[in-house]
Amino acid sequence: MSEQKLQSQTVQTTGHAWDGDLQEYNNPLPVWWVYTFYATVVFALVYWTIYPSWPLGKGWIGGVSEITYVNSEGETKTHSWNTRALLMADMNKAALAQKPYFDKIEAMSYEQIARDPEMNGFILSAGKVLFADNCAACHQAGGQGVIGFFPNLTDDDWLYGGSFEKVHETLMDGRRGYMPAFNEVLNGQQIDQLAHYVASRAGIGHDAGKAAAGDVLFRSETAACFYCHTSEATGRQDMGAPNLTDNVWLWADVPGAETGEGKVAAIRSVIAGGLNKGVMPAWAGRLTPEQIKVLTVYVHELGGGQ
Amino acid sequence: MNFNFKHEWIETNIGLMSVLTMLAISVGGLVEIAPLFLIDETIEKVEGVRPYTPLEQRGRDIYIREGCYTCHSQMIRPFRDEKLRYGHYSLAAESQYDHPFQWGSKRTGPDLARVGGKYSNEWHVQHMVAPRSMVPESVMPNYPWLLSTPLDISDVAGRMKALRKVGVPYSLSQAEYDANVTKFGETVAKQLHIPDAQKNLVEQANFGNYDGDRSGISEMDALVAYLQVLGTMVDFSKYADDAFVGDR
Repeated sequence: MSEQKLQSQTVQTTGHAWDGDLQEYNNPLPVWWVYTFYATVVFALVYWTIYPSWPLGKGWIGGVSEITYVNSEGETKTHSWNTRALLMADMNKAALAQKPYFDKIEAMSYEQIARDPEMNGFILSAGKVLFADNCAACHQAGGQGVIGFFPNLTDDDWLYGGSFEKVHETLMDGRRGYMPAFNEVLNGQQIDQLAHYVASRAGIGHDAGKAAAGDVLFRSETAACFYCHTSEATGRQDMGAPNLTDNVWLWADVPGAETGEGKVAAIRSVIAGGLNKGVMPAWAGRLTPEQIKVLTVYVHELGGGQ
Repeated sequence: MNFNFKHEWIETNIGLMSVLTMLAISVGGLVEIAPLFLIDETIEKVEGVRPYTPLEQRGRDIYIREGCYTCHSQMIRPFRDEKLRYGHYSLAAESQYDHPFQWGSKRTGPDLARVGGKYSNEWHVQHMVAPRSMVPESVMPNYPWLLSTPLDISDVAGRMKALRKVGVPYSLSQAEYDANVTKFGETVAKQLHIPDAQKNLVEQANFGNYDGDRSGISEMDALVAYLQVLGTMVDFSKYADDAFVGDR
């Protein structure tokens, strides 16, 4: 600061001089600042009185503010203010607003819910949110799935059954897919023949001669495909064994292969390597029975529910 | 309040200023330190929380090494939207064996406090290798090397010993092991026994085959094992929905 500027200021000194002429300016805090500070002190005192604040012995000062809520046992309780009690009250409020719908959902059968336009609207909005939070990571936002990983829920092809009861069962207990690796029991030629047979059943390009040999192999004890996929290759939903005749693909990326040979190769790799995936987690412990019922109807309506 | 109060009184009286400075500092200290002495009363009493198994602990180390915590928190706050999306709010008791805890306050990705059991191992592996193949709108980086890097298991016992020093009840002696049997049950206690750490790690990795590749134990095995246990230790169906309201 220049000397000129210093002289122009009218700030008082502390009145004390050191070493003859060394003085100190006195710059008290502005009045507005001081009173704002006092106001924050008053605010703190009020805050401490209303909300939980200081530790006290083995407990703490709970504050005079209270929250009343109803717990899952149906008991009405009052507790000094805290975020956990506040959550209870928030959940109560939301549950109250949704109660008419959830009461109906509990009382109605799946078929009744699906036919009722008002309930359908509720399922669509509530189900959409539940699906986005819990299912979309695997089955994708629209339920279209990922080839090679997670099934498409929007078509009318169901691995484990598309009835309300089966969809509910899948949601509650989860699923686990399994197919043995056939390169351990079959040679390359046999696997190739089977792949051509599967291609022929799905109605895509194949070698008729190889497919005929694969047909025999499919029903033989050597390959034993028919145990799970049935001798008609239409699959068994009780085992999650897919129907091979509908040209709907989950594991083999047939739609993604550009050439006919590529499509057969995709089938071949699944037969050879088998599958030890297709795990769907069980949701019984994570979601409430009402939420699972909502999702059951939502998923059923998403595709061609049966 | 005395309106003739002058701060000069304090500034010109060094004895008074020292006393008041001490007072101001000790308030801050008390607020920070006093709760530590009462910590036993603030940790909820719940069943099921146990230290991580050797494999899970190695997975946790990788989680920290890769900086997962810079985008993912592990603390579900007691708000309705968080409860609906992530599940029950996190309890202090659930991170009592975490050193350091992974609560976090920044979420670029979702909270992971209860991610355990939500997705299949298969999903986790694929999602770590190529996140956008599973979640198209994701901005998570790819972590493909986790699948191809063998897990270093040579120092797992040393890591557990270090955690034991800061209070995690991993056992070294028979007496400590017996105490763990009483506290956690035999199955868990075996996993916490430091002399068997490597054997336990290999057994869990081979049995769980978390990365879907049986040829060896990769870092992916450990990380997925860790993710799959997050938030699953406490069975909340055993407790009323307001069981933990009184703890705050």
